Parts: sequence; structure tokens; C-alpha cells
Amino acid sequence: MNNLLIFPVILPLIAGLIFILLPKQIRLQRLLAIITLAIVTGISILIMNQVSANGTQTLQLGGWQAPFGIGLVADMFAILLVLTTSVVAFCCILFSFQTIGRNRENHYFHSLFLFLITGVNGSFLTGDLFNLYVFFEVLLLASYVLVSLGGQKKQLRETMKYVIINILSSAFFLIGIAYMYRVTGTLNLAHISVRIAESGQDGFITTVAILFLLVFGIKAGLFLFYWLPGSYSAPPAAISAVFAALLTKVGIYAIIRMFTLIFYHEPEVTHLFIGILAALTLILGGIGAVGYWDINKILTYNVIIGTGFILAGIAAFTESGTLGSIYYLINDMIVKSLIFLIGGVIIYLTGTSNLKEMSGLIRNHPYLGWMFFIAALSLIGIPPLGGFIGKIFITRGAFEAGYFWLGAIGLIVSLMILYSIFKIFMNAFWGETIISEDEEKGTTKGVMIPIVFLTVLTIGLGLGAELINGYVELAVDGLLNPQMYIDAVFGGNEIP
Amino acid sequence: MESLMAIVIGILFSIGTYLILSNQMLRIILGLSLISHAINIMIIVMGGLKTGGPPLLSNSDRGFTDAVPQALILTAIVINFAVTAFLLVLSYRTYKKHGTDDMNNLRGNEHE
Repeated sequence: MNNLLIFPVILPLIAGLIFILLPKQIRLQRLLAIITLAIVTGISILIMNQVSANGTQTLQLGGWQAPFGIGLVADMFAILLVLTTSVVAFCCILFSFQTIGRNRENHYFHSLFLFLITGVNGSFLTGDLFNLYVFFEVLLLASYVLVSLGGQKKQLRETMKYVIINILSSAFFLIGIAYMYRVTGTLNLAHISVRIAESGQDGFITTVAILFLLVFGIKAGLFLFYWLPGSYSAPPAAISAVFAALLTKVGIYAIIRMFTLIFYHEPEVTHLFIGILAALTLILGGIGAVGYWDINKILTYNVIIGTGFILAGIAAFTESGTLGSIYYLINDMIVKSLIFLIGGVIIYLTGTSNLKEMSGLIRNHPYLGWMFFIAALSLIGIPPLGGFIGKIFITRGAFEAGYFWLGAIGLIVSLMILYSIFKIFMNAFWGETIISEDEEKGTTKGVMIPIVFLTVLTIGLGLGAELINGYVELAVDGLLNPQMYIDAVFGGNEIP
Repeated sequence: MESLMAIVIGILFSIGTYLILSNQMLRIILGLSLISHAINIMIIVMGGLKTGGPPLLSNSDRGFTDAVPQALILTAIVINFAVTAFLLVLSYRTYKKHGTDDMNNLRGNEHE
């Protein structure tokens, strides 16, 4: 029992509710939002150290013992993601102050943003399948409003598709929960794992596993990503950055959690299927990223490629593959938000997202240009930046597991990322300066702080890998030994 | 009883699927709503129908009905209600702004 676990979930919720009561006090809202996210970051670090010292922490809400109550479980993997979420959210909300516009702030932007963080943190921490569904809905409902906030034609149109697809996938999630309850008679993740380990994973359970894979695949942008490029390029940069960094990652987290804790008995069926979907995602995302001349579209297709990479590591299901996935996941959250923020600044400065209509920004904005360069290198996986470690371990894991095709596709798609990102860099920053500082539609004043911070983080993640390696290895241990999670949840009580 | 309910769920699902495949916004929303209802019924059936009494200690002689699926669909209904309300408002705004409720005209490659 550790009461700290509730804070990453409940603090943003309370703050968001307070903001609804103070609709006119924008400055106060900004200040409170920053303070809340800073506190959540601090608490996450605290929990992380407790987890590394004392093992997985749990909180059985209301004092009801597992599996009867609904519990929160923080193993190393979950708490690392909560920490990264808080940091990324902190940077994105700092960025939003300058760019989001007073109109959106008056219409409860800060509340919705914090509700979104509530849902994301809750999804990472929950130890109950139905509770996971509820937190998914919390973050999805907040995201529906955030995509449509502003009410432009494009936003409304894309939100329609986004909402319809997500409602349908949530419906399938419920079907999966119903089947799961019928088969195992419980909804506690650890308890489901115990029951399935006892009865064996037969064909029916494997079918349910594939159903869950499709549900989370829609949310994560794994193969079924047709909705993603449209809806992620509709909202302004601060929102699309937080979506790119966090929303798809929740789906990825759910896939990783389900297929390491519960459905790990038949890897030659389920994990091979994940591998095939990951390979298709990589190829299709790569083609999309290479094909477009619109910054938003190129970046959203890179989100899809990122999903493919992370799940390729999970498909391998070896120690190096999982290690690589976690490194890549953490770095991807940071670097995707970074590159979306920089992309947002570029659009903000030039007033267009078409690469053919911009050129030579580096003359007036050298720091922005070089930070984009660093982010691009990190995304591609050039040492010593953060993306390198993840990519090398994922590739190694894929080769170790005998999925040579998967590793090869990953490497080829890295070249496609290189081409697509450097297309942005060369067109937007190099060349003749066609837009003078006076003609620019916006300024970089005030938005550089979060960008610098995220850049430092992605460099630090590469150079300081040794420092966090202990934590990541613990997370891998937890994922590869489901018994650790189960023991922590039941805490020595009898398992009914 | 369970087999009968399975048929009902199947019918609701097929009507919902048919409605989703049309291109009018309102029909799609109704289709999603029907599918959600089908799923709610499905969760109840998964818990077993009419086996035992209410989950109270005084009625313990007949065995208990499983209360968990009922709690689940209560939550699911509330969430579904909120999401459907949002979707209806959103579709109205979209209709006002675009002047059409035909999803084929909302592909969005031509303009902008």
C-alpha cells in the first residue's frame, strides 16, 4: 500500500475541476497548471525511487484487497512512462501559453489538458481491465474536445472521423472485456494472468488476445492508423504534440502490458502477429512520410513509424528487444513532442505547412534550426542521442529472435525517416531566406524554453543512458517476469 | 434464455453495422448507439442470466447473482451517454459549418 500512487491521477483531475470554476482567471490557471504538473513530476520521481528500492508499489483503493477492489499498480515500466508523461505535458503546456490563443484558453483548454493527463496517467497506473477502459474514455473524451476546440472546418471534419472510429474501438474493447470476464471470471489484470496461467491459453483466449490487439492497435496506430494523419494534423501544435507524444503511447502501453502480463503463453501466434503488423506499419508509415510535402503530414507519419518500431521490439520478446522498446518508447515521447513543437513553430513563423513555400529559416532562427537537426538525428537513431540505444537494442532483439525480416525492415525504414525529416530540414531551414524577420507571422519569443528543455532531455537520454539503465533494466525484468507483478498485487494474500 | 439473448445481440449488431455503413451522420451515430446497447446486453449475458438471488447475505441460500457485470454496464452506459451527447453536438456543428451531413463530402482533399 502506497498512497502516493493516487496523486499522478488525482492532482490533474482536481486542478482541472478547479479551472472550470475559475473560467476568467487565465493567469491563475496557467500558474496552477504548471505547479500541478511540476508536483506530479516530483511525485513520479519519488515513486520511481521507491519502486527501484522496494519493488513494485501498489495501492488497493478503499482498502479492498485484490482482486475484489480496483487497484493501482506502479511497476517500473508504468512509473517511467508516468514520469515521461508529466515532463512532456509540462513542456507542452509551457509552449501552449504563447501559441494556443486566448480564445481556446477561455474555452477550458487548461481543464481539458489536465483531464487528458489524468486519463493518460490513470491508464498507465491502473491494475484493472475495466478501469483501463474507463481511463481510456477519460483521455479520449478530453482528446475529442481538444481536437475540435476552435471549431474550424478542418477540425470538425477530422474530429467526426476520430470520434466515430474511437467509439467503435471502445465498443470492441468492451466486447473483449466481456469475453475475458466470461472466461476468467475476474477483471484484475494480475488475477486474469494467474487464471490463464492455470487453465492454459487455448484457442479461444488467443482469439480474445487478437481482439484486444486490434482494439489497442487502433488506439496506438498499429497498422489500423488510417484515422491518425488527419486528426493529428488538425489541432494546433501544442495539442498535436501532446497527442503525438502521449495518446498513441497509451495504446502501445496497453499492448505491451497485455502481451507480457497476460497473453504471453503463445508467442509464436500472438507475438508473430504483432511482428507482422509492426512490419506493415513501418513500411506504410515510411511510404507516407516520404510521400508528403506537408510538415504536419510528414510528422504524423513519423508517429506511426515510431509505433512500428516499439512493437517490433515487443514482437521479438527477448531481453534486448524489450529493453530497446522501453528506451525507444521513452525517447519517442520526448522527441516526438519536441519535433512537433518545432514543426509548430515553423508553421507559426511562415504561416503555411507546405514545404515548397518556405526556405532559409536558419538565417534568422539558427537555434531553432540546429535543435531541429538534433531532434531529427535523435529520431533517426544517430549516436550518441536518445534514439540510438532504443533502435540498436530493438534491431538486436529482432535478430536474436530470428525475425531477420523485421530487423531489416526497421533499418530500411530508418532511411525513410532520414529522408523525410531531412526533407523538412533542407526545405525549411536551408536555401535562400525568402521571408525576413518583419514578414514573419509570429515570433519565437517564449516558445524556446520548452524546446530547449526537450532537446537537452533527448541528448541527456543518449549520453546519460548509463544513469537510467538501472531503472530500465528493472522495467524489463518486470515485463519478462509476470510473477513479480502478480506477487506485488496480491502481496502474499491467498489468490482465490 | 442465453441463446435467445445471443440472437438478440446478433440482430442489434447487424442493424448497427448496417447503419454505420451508410453515409449519413445521424445514421452512423444511431448505429454506434445500437452497437453499444448490444454490448451492454452482451456483458449482462456473460455474467449469466437468472442464476441465484440478489447479492445480499440474508438471501444466501440460493447462491448469488453476479453483480459485477451490472456494475460494469452501469459505467458503460454513463460513458456511452456522455460520448453520444458529445457526438450529436459535434455532428450538428459539423453540419452547420460544412452544410452537409454526407460523410462522402467530408473527405477534405479538395478545399483548403
